[in-house]
Amino acid sequence: MVNVTKRYGEILAAENINLQVENKEYMCIIGPSGCGKTTLIKCVAGIIEPTEGEIYTDNKLMNNVPIQDREIGYVFQEIALFPHMNVYENVSYGPTVKGWTSAKTRSLIEEMLNMMALRDRVKDYPHVLSGGAKQKTAIARALSSGSLLLLFDEPLGSLDAKVRTVLRHELRRMVKELELTAIHVTHDQEEAMAIADRIVVMRAGRIIEIGTPLELYLHPKHLFTANFVGESNFMTGQIVAATSGGATVKINGEFLHSAKKVNFKEQKVVVAIRPEFIVMTHPERTTRTWEGRIENKVFIGSTVRYEVRTENGELIAVKRPFASDALKWNVGNRVSLAFPPDSILLYPYPEEGLQKAISIE
Amino acid sequence: MPSLRLLNVTKRFGKITAINNLSLEIKDGEYVCVLGPTGSGKTTLLRLIAGTLKSDEGAIYIGDRLVNDVQPQERNTTYVPQQYALFPHLSVIENVAFGPTARGLSRKEAYEVSEQMLEMTRLARRAKSFPNELSGGMQQRLALARGLASGADLLLMDEPLGALDARLRVELRYKLRSLVKERGLTAIHVTHDQEEAMIVADRIIVLRNGQVQQEAAPFTVYNRPINIFVAHFVGGANFLEGFVAEADQQGSWIQLRNGLALRTRETGFSLGERIVLMIREEMTQTLRKGKRKEEVNLLSATISSVSFLGSFIVYEISLENGDVVNSKVPTSLSKENISVGEKVYVRLEPEHVKTYPYPTAGLYKELEVI
Repeated sequence: MVNVTKRYGEILAAENINLQVENKEYMCIIGPSGCGKTTLIKCVAGIIEPTEGEIYTDNKLMNNVPIQDREIGYVFQEIALFPHMNVYENVSYGPTVKGWTSAKTRSLIEEMLNMMALRDRVKDYPHVLSGGAKQKTAIARALSSGSLLLLFDEPLGSLDAKVRTVLRHELRRMVKELELTAIHVTHDQEEAMAIADRIVVMRAGRIIEIGTPLELYLHPKHLFTANFVGESNFMTGQIVAATSGGATVKINGEFLHSAKKVNFKEQKVVVAIRPEFIVMTHPERTTRTWEGRIENKVFIGSTVRYEVRTENGELIAVKRPFASDALKWNVGNRVSLAFPPDSILLYPYPEEGLQKAISIE
Repeated sequence: MPSLRLLNVTKRFGKITAINNLSLEIKDGEYVCVLGPTGSGKTTLLRLIAGTLKSDEGAIYIGDRLVNDVQPQERNTTYVPQQYALFPHLSVIENVAFGPTARGLSRKEAYEVSEQMLEMTRLARRAKSFPNELSGGMQQRLALARGLASGADLLLMDEPLGALDARLRVELRYKLRSLVKERGLTAIHVTHDQEEAMIVADRIIVLRNGQVQQEAAPFTVYNRPINIFVAHFVGGANFLEGFVAEADQQGSWIQLRNGLALRTRETGFSLGERIVLMIREEMTQTLRKGKRKEEVNLLSATISSVSFLGSFIVYEISLENGDVVNSKVPTSLSKENISVGEKVYVRLEPEHVKTYPYPTAGLYKELEVI
């Protein structure tokens, strides 16, 4: 996509988007409601035309190419199955109209039906299927269509949480085995991390950043990403010393050391740290730890999430893996928090204010 | 005040039994989540309590009052359905203020309560908009605000956060719980999302095929799931088939396929009994290959896939006997990369290896949630 912009009257749904998706890549686009992610994928599909800019697939300009000539398979939020065809006929529609009747095509269709657990439903028509079963039929149809580029808009959105985690692995596995290229829009950042080679983070019609799941999680370039992709603690402070080996930040009278080299001039900064990287121990006053008291404890299955009020007044979320020491802490306990320097990220304090910069609405 | 009691309640739709001889009790001020897959009867259960459906058998009490034949509007409950029925001709704030006004509050009081609710659901800026000008997620928050403002003590919510973006859902669930608690309401919250249920609920009721599988605090449901279905539906777990080869007072040896045996602390089996072993993914430890002394339940294995999920990495690992397990490791503890094809050890502490009787319908059927 080269300089793609889409306007609806006064509303700018997508603004000057430049994006390159590689052959056989699995790309996810994430962002809050209304960020323009669906607009973008519909431009690729040809369902809407961009106001400005060009879209190429394999160096062929796609602007004004009719939808049916774009050789794209897609699954959209609003599921569109052929109502007069049963599940099998829907899934085998692409190969059938292309005249592919080989044993290999038939076995691919069979595999799709098995993978989506639709074996028992092949003779059913869409109107008797649940939302989830319709969605699975639509996915199976797209994978069998023979198109090398697949577009998914919330393909797992109408499914139960548990089913979603099972199917996302299957979806990636099939796309990789069939050597397809996929662009997958989702509001679920965990789904994106589990499934994507690279992730595009969008906000208010613009691309904020692009990276592998690991890059976005461990080294987000923007504050917004640090908040949207996984949970982070944010604190405001002043840089008091900076060297090539990192920086020391003063936050409400306490100090933190980051191993990240500061590459900006501002002295006022936002410090971000993931709740699971903070080390919580029994009180042991050293210069390297902050003291505090547990105000809240919530059990979330494989992890426990604590909120610790530190002596300098910050409320800090800490996540501990359940398997280790979660049972020994309770609300009211006094604890020490240590912040590993290599997991402390620093950002210049944003002009619009911290809350605005990380807002997901 | 509203405690709630259901006694042997059954609801059929034609040949389908949606709720099957179900009994339960909910205490005044309790926050209960009803958790189960699509089609388990969650919504039907909620509608029976709300009074928008009538049970075929059984009794429903709100407080001490038998409500089987009481009209929905006379039950002093608020029902927030999945398909939020908003008043299209009223503005956002008017929608919320409708309940309090009907209940006899002055306009000033009603608007005060309503503004508070819009603040908490982050709709204050849209108070003058009309429902058709809101996104789906905003409409859902409006339905929730209206329910919370209505003043009823028993709040019935069907997937109240279902239409929201994942990230916003995570934020609002903490707020929802604290609001219900601050106002001293009794809440029943239906969801298919086990993580949401664990965070908001005092107690979780796991439903399957119209029957209660387990009702307990989140911690208990997670750590002592009563059967294979609950263990699988609530959190990630590995299941291995085997039979009892040896049993003593401290535990048992379970023979898996192809010559592998595992130790569990659980006892009381008969020799040769067919069982299923369950171990949570985060209790399944992955260790780098190196010099190690012989140890119980230390198994040689090979990494077959690696998924990075943010705060966790999940390794899919093939054991030497052909069984496959998942191991969930906090990202903070796995700084060094372990890659596909690498030989590793898997360690399963015997006290974390749970057992269940082999299900009559087969293990595969029991694990089917699709």
